[in-house]
Amino acid sequence: MTKVWLLAPLGAFIAVGAFFAAGLTRDPSRIPSELIDRPLPAFDLAAIEGFDDGLSSEDLRGDVSLINVWGSWCVSCHIEHPLLMEIAERGEAPIYGLNWKDRPGDGAAWLARFGNPYLRIGDDQAGRVAIDLGVTGAPETFVVDQDLRVRYKFVGPITREAWETTLFPLIEELRRS
Amino acid sequence: MLPEIGHYALILAFAASVIQAPVLFFGARIGEAESGVFARRSAFLIFTLSLAAFAILMRAYAVSDFSVVNVFENSHTAKPFVYKLTGTWGNHEGSMLLWILVLAVFSAILAAQHRAIPPSLYRLTLGVQSLVIAAFLAFVLFTSNPFGRLDPVPTDGQGLNPLLQDPGLAIHPPFLYLGYVGFSIPFSFAVAALIRGRADAVWARLVRPWALAAWVFLTIGIALGSWWAYYELGWGGWWAWDPVENASFMPWLAGVALIHSVRVVERRDAMKSWAVLLAIITFSLSLVGTFLVRSGILTSVHAFAVDPTRGVFILMILAAAIGGSLTLFALRAGALKASGSFAPVSRESALVVNNVFLLSSCAIVFVGTFYPLFIDVLSGEKLSVGAPYFAIAFTPVAMATLFLAAAGTLLPWKTGSISAALFRLRYAGLAALAGALIVLVFVAREKLIGALSIALVLWLALGAVADVAARIKLLRAPLSESLRRARSLPRAAWGAAFAHFGLAVFALGVTGISIWQTDTILRMSPGDTTSVAGYDVTLVDVVQLDEANYLAERGEFAVAKGGDAFTMYAERRFYPVRQMQTSEAAVAGRGLHDFYIAISENATGAGWPVRILLNPFVALLWWGAGICALGGVVAATDRGRKPVRVRRRTPAAAPPAPQEGVATA
Repeated sequence: MTKVWLLAPLGAFIAVGAFFAAGLTRDPSRIPSELIDRPLPAFDLAAIEGFDDGLSSEDLRGDVSLINVWGSWCVSCHIEHPLLMEIAERGEAPIYGLNWKDRPGDGAAWLARFGNPYLRIGDDQAGRVAIDLGVTGAPETFVVDQDLRVRYKFVGPITREAWETTLFPLIEELRRS
Repeated sequence: MLPEIGHYALILAFAASVIQAPVLFFGARIGEAESGVFARRSAFLIFTLSLAAFAILMRAYAVSDFSVVNVFENSHTAKPFVYKLTGTWGNHEGSMLLWILVLAVFSAILAAQHRAIPPSLYRLTLGVQSLVIAAFLAFVLFTSNPFGRLDPVPTDGQGLNPLLQDPGLAIHPPFLYLGYVGFSIPFSFAVAALIRGRADAVWARLVRPWALAAWVFLTIGIALGSWWAYYELGWGGWWAWDPVENASFMPWLAGVALIHSVRVVERRDAMKSWAVLLAIITFSLSLVGTFLVRSGILTSVHAFAVDPTRGVFILMILAAAIGGSLTLFALRAGALKASGSFAPVSRESALVVNNVFLLSSCAIVFVGTFYPLFIDVLSGEKLSVGAPYFAIAFTPVAMATLFLAAAGTLLPWKTGSISAALFRLRYAGLAALAGALIVLVFVAREKLIGALSIALVLWLALGAVADVAARIKLLRAPLSESLRRARSLPRAAWGAAFAHFGLAVFALGVTGISIWQTDTILRMSPGDTTSVAGYDVTLVDVVQLDEANYLAERGEFAVAKGGDAFTMYAERRFYPVRQMQTSEAAVAGRGLHDFYIAISENATGAGWPVRILLNPFVALLWWGAGICALGGVVAATDRGRKPVRVRRRTPAAAPPAPQEGVATA
């Protein structure tokens, strides 16, 4: 039993503690839920398996649109899905899908089964774009304006009431401005 | 007025704990008897004050006193009364207060055991304990005061997350806190041992019941949390490797290592500095886990409200508690001399290997949990680590640990022989082989990993049975002789057998749900019938319900297989106060399997999306955890006995311990 061995736990803790301390200073950027009214982080995602088009942040320029974070594994996304289909069918707003932490093929199978409300879908298997957006769970939906600024974030499945009283009026107002 | 009294009680408790510590550390100058009495009284005083503060906060919740910010933000008049009460700890400030109360309760219990503990160890342990309490009280008083007031008083509160209105959530955090905080006692004992420069069998015998009790509470807390996720969150999962889940799992793993290594100190007077280090690590992981999820360093769906100023305070507590104790370890651990020697093939060597595996698995979880933070700090890149990493990295180590657990208990202390242990395990081995063959031949999918898992489960379960059977000479001696031996078998041995058997049961549950689950998603309208794993499932009707604090859509399902027919109700609820929907899945246990149905909204008119799961063996997850915890309880009641080897240097240090049964392997 040497002295060096006895110092090892302390050294390990100091190293980990330094990371914790550095992590604290990064805290404000870490949870960018205050993205509201700030530019949408730029991204360029590949297509999910079975689709040709991926999703880049530039695709959203020019119209007020929705980014919907979903996964085939997410039961609440099932709850939300029919309403997204209606919105897409009525053409109320373009919806872009962020397929979050899904296994290859699962997302496409889910869409084939229940219908696809999305104009384009990006594959965010590693969850990087979701972290940039400050996503805490699925589903989450962002309203992005013509100039690629995030204007609203809705956590959880969109309810009909929320759509009619909050989200859709906001989209129409943004379109007029 | 009352909330101010609660606040004042916390300030007084803080003052008492700050005064208590130095008196106890320098108590030798005052005299052991006097400082012992002081320690006892101040521990009881802190307990009384913490209890008063907690009771006052709970009363504010009970009567919906919205002049208290904490109650306003987290409660609502429309909530059922019992959930108003449990809402006391369903938020950051209240849960910290509960944490302090539990800490004070444990300190008071320790303080009441003054006759059983050597005076200087008693004084120093309570001294460390009071420092821990002081740090937590400072945290609450300076960053998270639960008694802040509002003026004017709002007419109603901001509700409570409907997900949190559930019996599972009401009772699972208190159990977790009992576990986390319970490990503070072994920690304080360890620091006291370093200051005294002595960790002997007496020390180990005092630490072991506390470590076991904390571990039992943590086991129950984790199991309840997992059960809650499974039944309430409605996603059919029981474990997601979420940072908060990992935060409870890491001290659990380290705690298992601690329990085993303390036993070596008790029986063989060896591995002392290692056991002391493990006690420090286990509580440190409890601290790191509970606190980091509140600092915003890690993101999680479970996380409490994030506040960077809290993070800085937390880091200071971590630096003081962990850095301080590890510095003391570096300076003083060399003084903890072992007298026992190690033979390569023996119980104690097997326990060393067990410790290496357990800490490796703990390290894997640690790396997976904090990897996003490390990468972010080093390169600024954001990423998250998902379940696949844990499945690949953790599973093999866990399987190896389970494999060795069966053999370890069959090796005697001091010296053993591998062939003798293997001979005792012959039936377990044969059963494992037979089980693997059956899976390979008869099971339709996941043959290879399934066969391996089933073999491991049988090996571990029958290994635990073989251990007890060999010790009580079952079927080898007359039944009366076996019963007599069973009665005199040390409770620690019974506890180990139960815990290992429970682990095997749990592993079978994991095997079933992870590799043989059936998952079907489809649209159904009333009258539709579908077939899932041999069961005919019919959606009978969907009705609207209007309950006190939520609206619901309820699907009635008729399920039948052969003569077994039953009805299940799956709900989708909407809570107007929080504008939030939840899914109340229907779960029907069929033996060990669970039939699980969740229903979504029929927005298009084309039918209700329905998810039907058949989860084989899932009930065994909770049964296994329960048997494990029972093993811990049984082992904790083992009062220990004299070390096998008479210690040479300090023969008078150990008071005569009650002799429990005859010496066995």
